Amino acid sequence: MTATEPRTPRDQESWARPTDRLTTTAKSTGVDTVTGKRVTGPIQGFGQMWQKTFKVRLDDVALDPEAVVAHWKAGFPTFWPKGATFYAPLAGITPGEVALLEVPPVPGSPVKMSTGVMVLYADRESFTFMTPEGHALSAWITFSSFKEGGVTVAQAQALERTSDPFIELTYILGANKMNDRFWEQTLENLASSLGVAAPSVTSVKVCVDKRRQWRYVRNLRHSPLVSMPLSVVTAPLRWFRRRRSA
Amino acid sequence: MTDTTIDTVQSGTAAILRIHGEITGGSDPELMAAYAKASAATRSIVVDFGDLEYMNSGGIGLLVTLLVRTQRAGQKLLAIGLTEHYRQILGLTRLDEAISIHDDEASALAAAI
Repeated sequence: MTATEPRTPRDQESWARPTDRLTTTAKSTGVDTVTGKRVTGPIQGFGQMWQKTFKVRLDDVALDPEAVVAHWKAGFPTFWPKGATFYAPLAGITPGEVALLEVPPVPGSPVKMSTGVMVLYADRESFTFMTPEGHALSAWITFSSFKEGGVTVAQAQALERTSDPFIELTYILGANKMNDRFWEQTLENLASSLGVAAPSVTSVKVCVDKRRQWRYVRNLRHSPLVSMPLSVVTAPLRWFRRRRSA
Repeated sequence: MTDTTIDTVQSGTAAILRIHGEITGGSDPELMAAYAKASAATRSIVVDFGDLEYMNSGGIGLLVTLLVRTQRAGQKLLAIGLTEHYRQILGLTRLDEAISIHDDEASALAAAI
């Protein structure tokens, strides 16, 4: 006999409410490529599925894990590496909110890729982002803190596939390592903000599924490698329209 | 240490994994041990969430790992016993596109054949 009676689980308030299409209260200086899009996860991606875990020990930091997560949520945009921008939603990192991002496709690039993330889950010990269509990755990324051997640690863990064949190719050619470095720098910045003198980030990367999902090759229609050049080309037109309507 | 127990019950070529307590990222040993108890002839895995009390995003990640393992083994993955709340979470995360959801054990076992 299976019980399906309604009850209120204690994780109820930690999850985003069901949504079909994304909307955001965040304001970016770039193009909003997120509104109206659906969320995607590792199931809907194209490339190999990887679980990447990045961890930093917060030696001599007096904060408990919950305080670390509160600090992380409150200052999330400030911990990102230089050149990448996180536009937080008005309500902050709370379930269902959508943030906008601008990240360089390669380090030093003058062109930024506009995308976003939805806060899928958030409680006092962790929070998880889920990517939208048009993001380079179909992923869930969880940020958490916990005690390990008596020391508080901070962790970022991604379960991800690249979204389409073009992005998969860039990952094979080096973007994968750049993405890893992004999260390592984020954790270093977080640890430094808490007073850790020489933060050391460890990483574990596991290929969960070697197969590429060719049935999701149609994700190419949302590919940032298609939409980003188009956005650059049409930027003068948008600028002209904004001036006329001002 | 997690507050998770998972029983494995074999029903023909289907194995039913009954979850009691919570599913978090730390439940990996319990879930994979329960999956390993399924017989070699198992063609479908039915996960019974009827006694699930708590699941965080780490728990959802574990379900993806289980899904990949079943796909690799050529098995179907089905779910029963989901409350409206957990049904919504599988919909929100779009896991319901890969895991077949059923109202009860009988319909899941019928679909598992």
